[in-house]
Amino acid sequence: MDYAAVVIVEICYAIAVLVLISAGLAVVFGMMRVINLAHGEFITLGGYAAITAHGLGVPIYLCILIVAPVVVGLFGLLVERLIVRFLYGRLINTMLATWGLSLLMIGGFTMIFGNTTTGIPTPIAGFTLGRYQMSGYNLFVILMAVVTIAIVYGVLKTTRAGLIARGAMQNPEMANAFGYNTSRVYMMTFTAGAALSGLAGGVMAPLVGLNPASGANYIAKSFITVISGGTAVVSGMLSSATLFGAVSQIFTFLSTSVIGEIALLVAAVVLLRLLPTGITGRFLKDRI
Amino acid sequence: MNLIREIILTAFVGILLMFLLPLGVDVFTLCLLSIYALLGLSLGFIWGFGGILCFGQAAFFGLGAYAYAISAINIGTPWGPFFISIIVPALVAAVFGAMLFYGRLNDVYLAVLTLVFTLILYKFMNVTAGEEYVIGTARLGGYNGIPGFETLSLPWDPSEYLYGESLYYFCLVLLLACYLGLRWVLRSPFGRIVVAVRENELRAELMGYDVRLIKTAVFAIGGGVAGLAGCLYANWAEIVTPNLFSLGQSAEIIIWVIVGGAGTLAGPILGAAGLGYLKYLLGQQSLIDNTLVMGAVLVLAVLLLPRGIFPTIADLFQKRTGSRSSNRKRSSSRKRRARRRPIREGGRNGE
Repeated sequence: MDYAAVVIVEICYAIAVLVLISAGLAVVFGMMRVINLAHGEFITLGGYAAITAHGLGVPIYLCILIVAPVVVGLFGLLVERLIVRFLYGRLINTMLATWGLSLLMIGGFTMIFGNTTTGIPTPIAGFTLGRYQMSGYNLFVILMAVVTIAIVYGVLKTTRAGLIARGAMQNPEMANAFGYNTSRVYMMTFTAGAALSGLAGGVMAPLVGLNPASGANYIAKSFITVISGGTAVVSGMLSSATLFGAVSQIFTFLSTSVIGEIALLVAAVVLLRLLPTGITGRFLKDRI
Repeated sequence: MNLIREIILTAFVGILLMFLLPLGVDVFTLCLLSIYALLGLSLGFIWGFGGILCFGQAAFFGLGAYAYAISAINIGTPWGPFFISIIVPALVAAVFGAMLFYGRLNDVYLAVLTLVFTLILYKFMNVTAGEEYVIGTARLGGYNGIPGFETLSLPWDPSEYLYGESLYYFCLVLLLACYLGLRWVLRSPFGRIVVAVRENELRAELMGYDVRLIKTAVFAIGGGVAGLAGCLYANWAEIVTPNLFSLGQSAEIIIWVIVGGAGTLAGPILGAAGLGYLKYLLGQQSLIDNTLVMGAVLVLAVLLLPRGIFPTIADLFQKRTGSRSSNRKRSSSRKRRARRRPIREGGRNGE
């Protein structure tokens, strides 16, 4: 019984991690059709921002929830203005340029923080569930994933800004004709996506040792979650994160975590072969 | 007639370079550069001419190296493994490519799946340290890789190993042969269809060509050439490690091709050799991180030189001597320019 609870919490946790690390990418790809291959490094930057701020004596929750998203959001703004805005509509070129950016950031991290692994302590103590020791922070991660999804959905669905953003993505000319500055909408969307990546980096920072190349751990997982989800930002991401999170965690329980990750990747290859436009390309069309 | 002249000219330039280069750079580095060039050539072929942007060309490079090491340990003689190391990656590319192209996957999906494929191999090879991961008598060795396999030797004298200078000449001759071979493929009717598919898949399909089969074949050829590069790398380094499959390796290949110029065969070769040498020079100092420079090069190349250095210079040169160049040449360069669009901006097709 306890074991079942542990398994369920772990599966929820795996799904929550996927949701967190792919939320930023989902906003940027789902709305703008821009593939940001530096996404993993954005997350890493969030982690470094949180760790640096923590080192300067800032309270840990402030580091995770405020400093990391703000720093990465601002960085995203810079990237959008300097690189991405010249490449809209040229999908492959955006991928290549952002891959370059990713390498550039890895190099930058190595020069600034050194090629070592750093981390911050977990702010929440563990607890026991029957015969098992559980990490309390995992529950916090699950909570944060739920909050993230709620915020993204709420903003897109209920606010005026979300409406304008969705309109500008669907038909830029029309939005322009109505007097909305689409270039600014793109800029804000990219910044928001970057901030979400930063939040993910901050939240994940106490869990993983951070080194300059950590981004590679996130990139494939977040990509396949977003791509397999399809173009619907929230429902696509949720459905594919649930599927992949469950698959990887079940295989992790059956063997090792590396096999779990490989199972996740294989599942993605098979899924995309069967549904080449992603889950929401076939089902749940016209949702957010 | 033209083809023969071209082949003779290329061979002449290649052989001239082959003997001139060792005067300036040491042979050990040159050998690696020519292996990189071969790897760049393989992606240049499938991306620039087949229109297939593979983000995981390193997978076939690594597979070639591993195939060579494993079969060399099992068989003992080097020349059987040499051919195995070409055939295995080509077959894997054919099967994987068939899965992708018969599923009609395009641009982003293709890119991400090839990336994921490389990652799977990378992760798998990293955990194969245990005793149970054995192929024949070769242990996969996990993170430490496979050392100590038989390297290439002269077929008529097995005690005479190819290393240093002789390995360099061997690599360069193979590079030249592959370059000319791919030139020949592109000149053949098959090559024309390949380019036609890149230009407009639908049109090629309506004309009765099986686009899926053609793309799979192109992918397999590219995989075979990358495998050959991997085999040579295994002989050069005398060890194979999972890092051959790393994302950084894949990224580098793409950088070589985009900087050199996709859509040409010479561009990727020059890009690979040039950037490989730049990396080697940067490795000598510790002020600036290597990855940072490579990243900056890629960003700037995409933003400022989206067609690559080689075609840009070729165009400048042609403009300079514009009055002398024949009409045919100019129209072909214009065509090339027009042709660029579908590959680079083909992203919209899949939506």
